[in-house]
Amino acid sequence: MIEHISFSLPLFWSVVLAFAILVYVLLDGFDLGVGILFALDRDETHRQQMMGSIAPVWDGNETWLVLIGTTLFGAFPVVYAIFLAAFYLPVALLLVALILRGVAFEFRYKDKRHRWLWDLGFVLGSVIAAFIQGAAIGAMVAGIAVQDGRFIGGPFDWLSPFSVLCGLGLVVGYALLGAGWLVLKTEGGLRDWAYAWLPRLLAGVIGVVVLALTATLVGDFEVVRRWLAQPWLFAFPLLASAAAWGLWRGVQARRDWQPWLMASALFVTAFAMLAGSFWPWIVPYHLTVEQAAAPTSSLSFLFYGIGLVVLPVIMVYTAVVYWIFRGKVSPEAIND
Amino acid sequence: MDIDPVSVSRLQFAFTASFHIIFPAFTIGLAAWLATLEGLSLVTGRTLYRRLFDFWLKVFAVAFGLGVVSGLVMAFQFGTNWGELSTRAGPIQGPLLAYESFTAFLLEATFFGVLLFGRGRVPRWAYFLSTLMVALGTTFSAFWIMANNSWMQVPVGYDLVDGIFTPRDWAEILLDPVLWVRFPHMLLGAYLTTAFCVAATGAWYLLRDRHLGEARVMLGMGLGIAAVLIPAQILFGHLNGEYTAEHQLGKFTTIEGRWQTEQPARLILFAWPDIAEERNRFEIALPALGSFVDQGNFTAKEPGIVTVPADDRPPFLIPFYGFRIMVGLGLVMLALSWVGLWLTLRGRFRGPTPGPRWFLRATFLAWPSGFIAVLTGWLTAEVGRQPWVIYGVMRTAEAVTPSLSSGAALASLTAYFLVYALIFSAGTLYLYRLLREGPLEDGPESEGGPSSRARPAALGDLNPGRPLAVGGPIPAAKRRAIRKATAPNPGPRNLTTDPASTEA
Repeated sequence: MIEHISFSLPLFWSVVLAFAILVYVLLDGFDLGVGILFALDRDETHRQQMMGSIAPVWDGNETWLVLIGTTLFGAFPVVYAIFLAAFYLPVALLLVALILRGVAFEFRYKDKRHRWLWDLGFVLGSVIAAFIQGAAIGAMVAGIAVQDGRFIGGPFDWLSPFSVLCGLGLVVGYALLGAGWLVLKTEGGLRDWAYAWLPRLLAGVIGVVVLALTATLVGDFEVVRRWLAQPWLFAFPLLASAAAWGLWRGVQARRDWQPWLMASALFVTAFAMLAGSFWPWIVPYHLTVEQAAAPTSSLSFLFYGIGLVVLPVIMVYTAVVYWIFRGKVSPEAIND
Repeated sequence: MDIDPVSVSRLQFAFTASFHIIFPAFTIGLAAWLATLEGLSLVTGRTLYRRLFDFWLKVFAVAFGLGVVSGLVMAFQFGTNWGELSTRAGPIQGPLLAYESFTAFLLEATFFGVLLFGRGRVPRWAYFLSTLMVALGTTFSAFWIMANNSWMQVPVGYDLVDGIFTPRDWAEILLDPVLWVRFPHMLLGAYLTTAFCVAATGAWYLLRDRHLGEARVMLGMGLGIAAVLIPAQILFGHLNGEYTAEHQLGKFTTIEGRWQTEQPARLILFAWPDIAEERNRFEIALPALGSFVDQGNFTAKEPGIVTVPADDRPPFLIPFYGFRIMVGLGLVMLALSWVGLWLTLRGRFRGPTPGPRWFLRATFLAWPSGFIAVLTGWLTAEVGRQPWVIYGVMRTAEAVTPSLSSGAALASLTAYFLVYALIFSAGTLYLYRLLREGPLEDGPESEGGPSSRARPAALGDLNPGRPLAVGGPIPAAKRRAIRKATAPNPGPRNLTTDPASTEA
């Protein structure tokens, strides 16, 4: 049994990892996006509606980040060590940002005199978290200095004009997801406000993508050769264009479900494009999934408990929570 | 301290772990306490247990939230600061910690949500089951953490393949006798921490003549549980010591504080060491008791620190004093709980007066003893493990991330320090306010569900992931009502000592 399974275990865990990352980006993406949009609207009732729309779910969304971290540690310990070493400072900043943002949900209602402080923490936490995640993707595309399975670069290697561009891109992208979420979950003035922001944010995302693509071509990144070697990957930009068009149509027709769904579709295609470009590398161009995988004894130990039991339960649970909280957030339901 | 990435990383890990451990130590015990209260409420039908449950649930929620937030940093630190350890020992440590986070998520996402918002929405048996599941979940969580830590203390069940610790036998790792001595020791430590917090809160209210019914139950149950558990804790502590003597000579001899091998060996109660000269400048010792404590006879030969090569010895002060503080507080708790038992049997807590005030004061003052004992015990275990990260196999100095610079490490340490200081002072203040407020006396009278939860659910109420929101801000009108309801009973002492009584 175990011998039979061992052939596909690294594959299984890389799929779980990719799935967890995608779920994290889609879920925490919109709630970080709402945090970013929070900065652009000073209306207190709008702000409470924004908080209320993500309050029941943000914590669960963020937990996927911990699951990503520990899955990586459990199934691909070498990759865990390389990434966290390469992104030492941004990871520390990310954790601080997420902690500040997390307590803001509670503390802003406790202490009205210092509400501005917790609001600032909420906005900064959201913006920093989004920026760092985008910058990390950019740094990965550009390549990480690895030798003998260890990171050998410096603490600021991740910081480059290209990674900053990607970081800003993700801030705008998450804001787009967040605006789609607000349209879906709220009513009245805030919904109109979010509708007004959607086209600007979409234009912003398209602008950043065009700039990033230009930079990729000019920078002569390895990833371009991989695109040319696998032309089927170009199906994803086409799908993404369709999603962008669908988003625009959704805004015009004011179909509340459409912008969020299409923004999510944009992210799925972008993720598939990245994953397809990197596969089978897990640390691009240094370690493949098979090379980086923990020994079979570790992977199968993880498989029988987490893979077969815990993970399916978590997925069902997540779906149930979103089902329970479906529908618009009524303005009266905000606790203050 | 010399500034090198290893020292800064050790300081950072010690700082974040010390902060973190306070909260799980509390919540593991609180979860069991909540399950007990809910069970009692179910069996006896007394509303008093429900009021206590509702009160301690709020405390649990805040402590749990702070534990989760500080745990976030722990989950990533192995990779950021101890990259070489993660690379080499990841195949064993990674799965253990993955099990921890997945089971913890499962617990938090499902049953904790039921606890916070499910009262009145699920049948009572399902609610009780949820309290048991939360208690089980925190226990599991502790188990995986202790499994990982015990493996670092006494590594078993692995093969070294090209420098990589490869799991050979998971059963051997999970059934390691060392783990099954240390895990109960930790659990009992958590239970005792909570028992003393509960008892001290009861003593506090009794001293201030408030919530008398609840306070007596808290004092009685807290001390009663402690009176039973401390002897068991002493037994596991002793077994722990035996395994330390067997597997970790450097830690063992340092805790003993004995430099030279002796036969029979003295028991050193207190000492001030001269590390360069390998002797104690000053010590208080009892003859032959060292042999007796370790071997059960008065003539056994016991090794000294000098039998361990100088490079393999842990630092002296923290394990030596940490151990003594832990044991000393254990004895204080034993004495308090047994005196409490004796006073209870003599009926001193019955009748109109709260009980002997000297005893209540002492119990109140003992509230942090469990926390300090857990923290010093943990420091003894961890600092005593040095200079090894995986005992006898891999040194701490080899474990650090190769690319890590001192500057980066200092930057993260400063950032964590600042943000922890901010959020934990806010959180602690909030916990203090909750405890000062005490249980609601206008609590549920019927078993159908408390009045406060009967209203249509607001979003914040339904959110399983918002532990800190549970207490929420109490509106001024409600706070006035609470104060009125909890105002001290008019009695001879209140009128003179409690200024609040003028309001009543």
